[in-house]
Amino acid sequence: MKLTTKLLAATAIVSASAASAVELEVTHWWTSGGEAAAVAKFAEAWNAAGNTWVDGAIAGSGGTARPIIISRILGGDPMGATQLNHGRQAEELIEAGMMLDLTDVAEAGGWADIVNPSSLLDSCTLDGRIYCVPVNIHSAQWLWLSHEAYEKAGQPVPSDWNEFVASAPALTEAGIVPLAMGQQGWQQNLAFGAITIAVAGTDAWREVTLNKNADVARGPEYTAVFEAVADARELARESNVQDWNQATNMVITGMAGAQLMGDWAQGEFSVAGQVEGEDYSCLPGLGLNEILDTGGDAFYFPANDDPEITAAQKELAALLISPEVQVSFNLAKGSLPVRGDIDMAAANGCMQKGLGILADGGVLPSGDQALSADTQTQIEDLMAEFWSGDMPAADAQARYADLIAAAD
Amino acid sequence: MAVVEDGTLNSAKGAKRPIRLFRNPMAKIASIPMILTAMVVFVGGTVWTIVHSFTGSRLLPKLNWVGFDQYERLWDTPRWLISISNLALYGICSLILTLTIGFILAALLDRKIRFESAFRTIFLYPFALSFVVTGLAWQWILNPDFGLQSLVQGWGWESFQFDPLNNPDIVMFGLLIAGIWQGSGLIMCIMLAGLRGIDEDIWKAARVDGIGTVKTYVRIIIPMMRPVFITSLVLIASGIIKLYDLVVAQTNGGPGISSEVPAKYVINYMFQAQNLGQGFAASTMMLCSVIIILIPWAYLEFGGRKNA
Amino acid sequence: MPDIALTGPRGPKPKKRFSRANIFLYGTLIMVSMYYLLPLYVMIVTSLKGMPEIRLGNVFGPPLEVTFEPWVKAWSEACTGLDCTGLSKGFWNSVQILIPSVTLSIAIASLNGYALSHWKFKGSEVFFTILILGAFIPYQTMLYPIVIMLREIGLMGDLWGLVLVHTVFGMPILTLLFRNYFASIPEELFKAARVDGAGFWRIYFQIMLPMALPIFVVAIILQVTGIWNDFLFGVIYTKPATYPMTVQLNNIVNSVQGIKEYNVNMAATLLTGLVPLVIYFASGKLFVRGIAAGAVKG
Repeated sequence: MKLTTKLLAATAIVSASAASAVELEVTHWWTSGGEAAAVAKFAEAWNAAGNTWVDGAIAGSGGTARPIIISRILGGDPMGATQLNHGRQAEELIEAGMMLDLTDVAEAGGWADIVNPSSLLDSCTLDGRIYCVPVNIHSAQWLWLSHEAYEKAGQPVPSDWNEFVASAPALTEAGIVPLAMGQQGWQQNLAFGAITIAVAGTDAWREVTLNKNADVARGPEYTAVFEAVADARELARESNVQDWNQATNMVITGMAGAQLMGDWAQGEFSVAGQVEGEDYSCLPGLGLNEILDTGGDAFYFPANDDPEITAAQKELAALLISPEVQVSFNLAKGSLPVRGDIDMAAANGCMQKGLGILADGGVLPSGDQALSADTQTQIEDLMAEFWSGDMPAADAQARYADLIAAAD
Repeated sequence: MAVVEDGTLNSAKGAKRPIRLFRNPMAKIASIPMILTAMVVFVGGTVWTIVHSFTGSRLLPKLNWVGFDQYERLWDTPRWLISISNLALYGICSLILTLTIGFILAALLDRKIRFESAFRTIFLYPFALSFVVTGLAWQWILNPDFGLQSLVQGWGWESFQFDPLNNPDIVMFGLLIAGIWQGSGLIMCIMLAGLRGIDEDIWKAARVDGIGTVKTYVRIIIPMMRPVFITSLVLIASGIIKLYDLVVAQTNGGPGISSEVPAKYVINYMFQAQNLGQGFAASTMMLCSVIIILIPWAYLEFGGRKNA
Repeated sequence: MPDIALTGPRGPKPKKRFSRANIFLYGTLIMVSMYYLLPLYVMIVTSLKGMPEIRLGNVFGPPLEVTFEPWVKAWSEACTGLDCTGLSKGFWNSVQILIPSVTLSIAIASLNGYALSHWKFKGSEVFFTILILGAFIPYQTMLYPIVIMLREIGLMGDLWGLVLVHTVFGMPILTLLFRNYFASIPEELFKAARVDGAGFWRIYFQIMLPMALPIFVVAIILQVTGIWNDFLFGVIYTKPATYPMTVQLNNIVNSVQGIKEYNVNMAATLLTGLVPLVIYFASGKLFVRGIAAGAVKG
């Protein structure tokens, strides 16, 4: 970390003296160890091109950072570029003309042909124009297992969610928290989503999340989901940490048996020097339903009056999706590249599994693209309440169905 | 507080001047910032928010009227109801405890003790610290693995359980401990000043009549300090409504949503959920609750004065 | 608000030095003092320990091996994302916010108070009442309109935008403070100056200002602690490059890389509290007056 920072500072000084250097402030919420290492790849590439990357990291999570980012854009003090999950978050900003149109860059780079799955580009598109660069694919449906914990408990490492649940008593007996869970609504909602796809299957999930069908949300498939989540809640009772990477750290150190977290947890394992298959295992789709959603991060470029900055913004947009940067960034971050045409042989086992599923077309759109921030927040509030208390599964299901019915 | 209406102000009244608008123009120029603040920010901003609370504004403020929809949804949202009841619990406990602790400490310090100023300094210093600092310090002390709980367990009381920050049932008391730590010193100071304002003859008379110390405080001193109590009450109450920084730093609303407060709901819905209308409706409700507190106070303070 | 000039105690005199009542009295005071001092003590000892010692788990024990490493780290090395400059940047931002905010808010409020006490004009009391009532409006009601106002004048995200916000929200209590103080200055003095032909500004600078020194000190203490400790405005109206220290503190503490470094967190917390604490201990009784006045602001 420190070395990279020093290197960055050095490149910043060198490039600042170059005549044509343009400073772009880039805001994002990548502040964990693995994430910071990944964003450094962007910065290095940008600085190497003779420009200056002004890092505007905002700690917390997307929930903390997004309001700050949006109020700055609305407040007439836009940054050069900003991370946002693509999907519906930026819709109104685009409609209000506050985002730079990247269609010419996209056409020049042939994005339509290289971006895979193409739904990523669709969610950057509004009325036929492209407004963002997808930089990676993140899927949320992963179960991360600690080999150390299972050794301590004298159990084989489970190969799917059901085996994991069955092995939980043995873990508890060995003084290990079966399921690590950060006490934040979005993490609890993520776990809910992962369990939903594993237990209820994709058809029910599509019907509820994409078509907002409240009847299905009230139906038997979702009853099973909420019961499974209520069981998982008991397995996570003793987990008091807040941040997701603290929860991942519990798995890394063998204090917890498993964590439900997106593929970005991969970055934390790498930073800790752990080896997939020896120190930890990963199960996409919780080992039950090998399907991943394709959320991810995208960069938006707020509209600007200065032509020099606009040119630099377009240059950065092209750089972020260029093959070399895609490889180095995604290897560090543990996410999948948005291009189908690059060689990811250096990726480890977990990423290879993900790439395999992606190649087989086992993809779903992400919840971010389907639900508005408002509905997401309400569901996260519900999940926070459900996971941390004793709410009966049936009550939670009824309230969830009401939120889906009211969703827009 | 009580200074608002005292101080007789009859300065430039006697003099006659021909044209009203140009009378003491410099004073008017000097008052422009005040007038702008009062009219544009306070009145204008508040009215703007109330008006927009009747719209379906999402990420950007728009005037698409939806009537009382936002309010209906607000009062149907479990998180808002929890926020309100949390604030009520915190408010009532904080009011009672701060007043009691403040008064008792002031009374103890008022008993011609040694090292009075040292004690006063100790009780008041937390008030110099921000809520963020307060919240982080107490988060650390209440950490179940390292803090108070493990200390008591280390003393041999193995079954001792005090983990408010991870127990939804008592998390508000974890916040309360920190909030009282931060704010009670101020009330102690105000109470002490009130006690010092009471004539020493009262004590002499009480002693002559053979009335005990505690009884003198309860029967004579406290009723005499009514204005001081009202001032303290308004101070504490107006602080409670604004409860935000402490929660963000100490629990961030958790575990789950068990320590959410209205101020946090407003900010989350305004900026994070990108539902401005909902945030405006919630902040308008906060404004209403302030008015409900202020009106009786204003009545007592100003209405009572006229009769006296 | 009662005047907080603390004169001699009025309570009944305790009888003997070692009476049972006395032991109870001092015993209670010492017990209560421990509750108030505990967090400060815990913060200091934690910040002087190394991480291995913290993992042993005794928060209250003194450090076996004193290290200043956490302080150095908190000040200049702790990371938020790629930015590993610790709290130092936030400290200087806070200073840059503090100095103009305090100066501007006090200058404006003292003029307002002066105009309201000796130069009342038609409507001045109405505006003043609205201003005072404004102090009770929850900030949440005005947060968003201010975003729009700052955008319109092009100061959103700028340090000066935050300075303006602090000036606006400091105005009610400061104006009240100055108005009451100036009103207590004898009318005769003012009239004599008028007879001598002195105008608005001359009376302000030559007569009022020199007499108002104590109230200026109170106002400065009030504003410095209030603005330094602000979190809400700092987090909404600034950007990462201009974050004040409290916001930076919350970021550093909540930006965990691997394990939580409690010692660094506590050092950072203490560093943030240092400025108001120094002012508190240095200013003594004046501080009491300052905060008692400012408590209205909340």
